[in-house]
Amino acid sequence: MIAALRKELLLQWRTRAQFMAVFVFGASALLLFSFAVGPNAEILRQFSAGFMWLGLLLSSTLTLAESFHAEMENRALEGLLLLPVNPRTIYYGKAIANWLQLVLLGFALVPVMVILYDAGTTKLPQLALVIMLGTAGLSAPGTLYAAMTSQVRSRQTLLPLLLFPLIVPALLASVKLTSLIILGDPMGQLSAWMKLLTAFDAIYWSLCGLLFDRVVEE
Amino acid sequence: MIRGVAQFAIEAESIARRYGRRWALADVSFRLAPGRVMMVAGRNGSGKSTLLRVLATAIRPDRGEARVAGFDVVHEREDVRRMSALLSHYSYLYDALTAKENLDVLRNSGQTPALLERVGLAQRAGDPVNTFSAGMRKRLSFARVLLQQPRIVFFDEPYGQLDPEGFALVDQVIGELKESGATVLVATHQVEHVTGYADCSITLEAGRVIATAGALE
Repeated sequence: MIAALRKELLLQWRTRAQFMAVFVFGASALLLFSFAVGPNAEILRQFSAGFMWLGLLLSSTLTLAESFHAEMENRALEGLLLLPVNPRTIYYGKAIANWLQLVLLGFALVPVMVILYDAGTTKLPQLALVIMLGTAGLSAPGTLYAAMTSQVRSRQTLLPLLLFPLIVPALLASVKLTSLIILGDPMGQLSAWMKLLTAFDAIYWSLCGLLFDRVVEE
Repeated sequence: MIRGVAQFAIEAESIARRYGRRWALADVSFRLAPGRVMMVAGRNGSGKSTLLRVLATAIRPDRGEARVAGFDVVHEREDVRRMSALLSHYSYLYDALTAKENLDVLRNSGQTPALLERVGLAQRAGDPVNTFSAGMRKRLSFARVLLQQPRIVFFDEPYGQLDPEGFALVDQVIGELKESGATVLVATHQVEHVTGYADCSITLEAGRVIATAGALE
């Protein structure tokens, strides 16, 4: 799996200009949300967590859809599948690489959120953990569906249609946790939501790994 | 029978494969003894590539059974893949990666520089594949196949896009594979050229075997 992950990271590094484009897209989405709400600082701060995760979710579909582009160019994925390796190795290599990219994107969007919505927090390690767990919930099913839609012409449209309903629980938990970190947690709900998100991540990562070979093998 | 050391390197029994309504392969049967070089001839669309892709487990047959090195191509795919390699129409290369990195995806071994030298790409080892010509891509795909050290090799139009030096390289490699006891299937239009070293051949037309020559078994 190290070789598969190394290959994915190399491919991401070679196409790093695309990451910048995705970040600008996410930051623009956050800016547009602030325009939609208007100059009400309190409302902006209150909904900042939801806006950030929506921005991240919309950006992630671009990243995930493109993650199989290189595999389709010269049928490289078929070439990998014809090697005597378990297809799950290929899946987990790609899913981890996608996750790392989404974590980086999440970290990059936090300062944008803080500036636009005045939603600063001192609990940065906790926020980082939530971003890591939340993006894990996006990347595992996102990678599976990206594989599924990679050979379809309208994959940019189809991927969100398939992905969004599936990741609602992880998205809800991520928004709630981020909100608790920014606005405070007087009822001590953080731990329970964190467990819920971790449980969904475990389900996504194990189930999607099991299903991958059925998706890619003819 | 010891698995992987089968009596026949390849056994195909009435295999058929269709794309939509059209049968690309229809009822193809043959047996090939280990260590033979077999040419698969036929016109465009006769089913040569489909046959090789079924045997290499890239696609499944819709009917019939096939065994490669004694392993079933549907139910024992991983074992078939361990024993075989396919040089396809598709290069299976990553354009954004260099020649060396493309080989390292398969196996990060000390053999890579020697293999690149062998296929004439040593000077371009650090260049991304998207700067390569079609012939250079073919040479790299060749190195990719050799790196897998297969016992059964499927070459689909190995001479396509190659210059005369490339032709000689393919001949040399197939000769060495034969000497080492590997079984080789070559699907090609270069019939006169391959007839020189092939032990046997089958000719396909409309997905059916219409002629065989030489000793397959």
